[in-house]
Amino acid sequence: MIKIARSPLLWFAVIAIAVAALLPLWVSGYILGILTVAYYYGVFSMAWDLLFGFAGEVNFGPTFLIGLGAYGAALLDNAGLGVPLSMIGGTVAALVGGLMLALPALRMRGPYFGLVTLVAVLILQNVIVIFAHFTGGEIGMTVADVLSIDTNVNYWYALGFMVVCGIILFGLSRSALGLILQASGQDPIEAQALGFNVTKHKLAAFCISAIFSGLTGTMLVFYMGAASVGTIVDISIGVQIIIAAVLGGRRTILGGVIGAIFLILATEFLRPLGQLNTFVVSGVALLVILFFPDGMFGYLLRRGERG
Amino acid sequence: MQALQILIDGFAISSLYALGALGFTLIFGVSGVLNLAHGGIMVVAALIGWYSAGELGLGTYLGTLVGILAGVITAFISYLCVVRPIQRSRAIPHEETEIFVLTGTLLLGIMIQDGMAYLFSDNPITMRPLISGVTHIAGVRTPTNEIMIAVVCWVVIGLLWLLVNRTRIGKSLLAASMNPRGLTLLGFELSRIYLLVWTIYGVLAGLAGVLLASFLGVGTTNAGDLTASAFSIVVLGGLGSVSGSLLAAYIVGYLETITAYLIAPTLRPIPALLLLVLVVYVRPQGLLGRR
Repeated sequence: MIKIARSPLLWFAVIAIAVAALLPLWVSGYILGILTVAYYYGVFSMAWDLLFGFAGEVNFGPTFLIGLGAYGAALLDNAGLGVPLSMIGGTVAALVGGLMLALPALRMRGPYFGLVTLVAVLILQNVIVIFAHFTGGEIGMTVADVLSIDTNVNYWYALGFMVVCGIILFGLSRSALGLILQASGQDPIEAQALGFNVTKHKLAAFCISAIFSGLTGTMLVFYMGAASVGTIVDISIGVQIIIAAVLGGRRTILGGVIGAIFLILATEFLRPLGQLNTFVVSGVALLVILFFPDGMFGYLLRRGERG
Repeated sequence: MQALQILIDGFAISSLYALGALGFTLIFGVSGVLNLAHGGIMVVAALIGWYSAGELGLGTYLGTLVGILAGVITAFISYLCVVRPIQRSRAIPHEETEIFVLTGTLLLGIMIQDGMAYLFSDNPITMRPLISGVTHIAGVRTPTNEIMIAVVCWVVIGLLWLLVNRTRIGKSLLAASMNPRGLTLLGFELSRIYLLVWTIYGVLAGLAGVLLASFLGVGTTNAGDLTASAFSIVVLGGLGSVSGSLLAAYIVGYLETITAYLIAPTLRPIPALLLLVLVVYVRPQGLLGRR
């Protein structure tokens, strides 16, 4: 207990959260709105890192799970189920979709898995567009209920949600499950030789990732009040999540938050460049991969370990 | 009558798909890389080709060549600036190289797409066909360009087959895909082989891009779809199997054409995606895959 209390990481996190919680006092609603989205993206990135950094499976279509959650919740809410039930429904949809995707996908090695996840997103995109009658197609659909109209309240919802998810995911990563996942990801043969059921654990990681992604997707849809292919399911959104997780640092979980905040803020402030802002951000991410593959946070952590 | 039209159109588009997928398979088989910037290379070739043919006034033929050259240069950039540094990087553990290369090429693809959109706007462009005019095949009016595209694709595929199976250099490519280490023991310079493969890939992708521009038109927004259809075909056929890719290209091409003609043009990509899902569930190594 005392060891944890002395950990610099914990104190840094507590101070950061306190500062973040107090931000609405000083900062404009515009920036709060950006940060709200960034916090949700942070959870997406953390969930993605659990799969990538730990289980070693690169999921090129996180938006498949997010989209299922968001659209599931939106459709249920428009059917009149109300916010809490819709959120649960959306998350269940994401979980089911994740299972259907994971079962065949985990039978394959590395690149196949990534490609299948990418195909899943394409299929979801096409299904949404075809059934435009229900889903609003490319224009998107709106939801009647929102979490709150107040910017500050939405901000605190997002911050609180992110902190809770962060604690859970970080805890998972440091638990026995996390260690087994790391082993499975880095050397599956040896892990199996030690008696661990690699497939079962990777499936568990996928389900956890699916639950968190789907749930956050529902939060996002009830924050924005709308869902559309371009804002939720598109591959470019998935890529942003991947960039955020890699920038922040893979295998750190918390790095995803840093990466997401950096990414969303950078995209906003680079907006004057117009078309080129994605170009610059992707370029930076590429440079990070080439020169700092551990990511920003990972770099700091690893330096600490070596030093 | 419509059946014949479907047959001809399907053949043309399948040949184009085959060309693109062949390059994709080649790079995977020899270099071990799934290049997610594939669509980007095709788009660059198409846009530069269109620009030099039109704005720079070089005319269609020279413009096509310039476009292919642009494709080769982009392929080189992909290899030398992204793939090779990641593969050689000591900071990345060995097992994770594949994943990082995938992510790196994905990012490069996005950079290409947005960079091109910035330079040329994302409006789709079409190139003047190399051969204009219309031919009548058993009563069906077909643009001669379409026939020429199918012919060119197959000539190139044939040349590639000759290269790989009958020339020393080509056989070294085949060997590199099977056992790179063994090849180095025999005294071959692997780095030169990789450069050669990426050059061939650039030519194939560039040619496919330019031809597509003269057939259906290309815009920066197509980059992602082109990559997606290339790897769909390759996964369907079986990663690493050239004949599988060719077969799958024709299956996908015809499925799409039949859907567009008989069901609805907007549903065009669906059957191929459904087939892909089926294959992934039932036979993940693809139709003719060996890896």
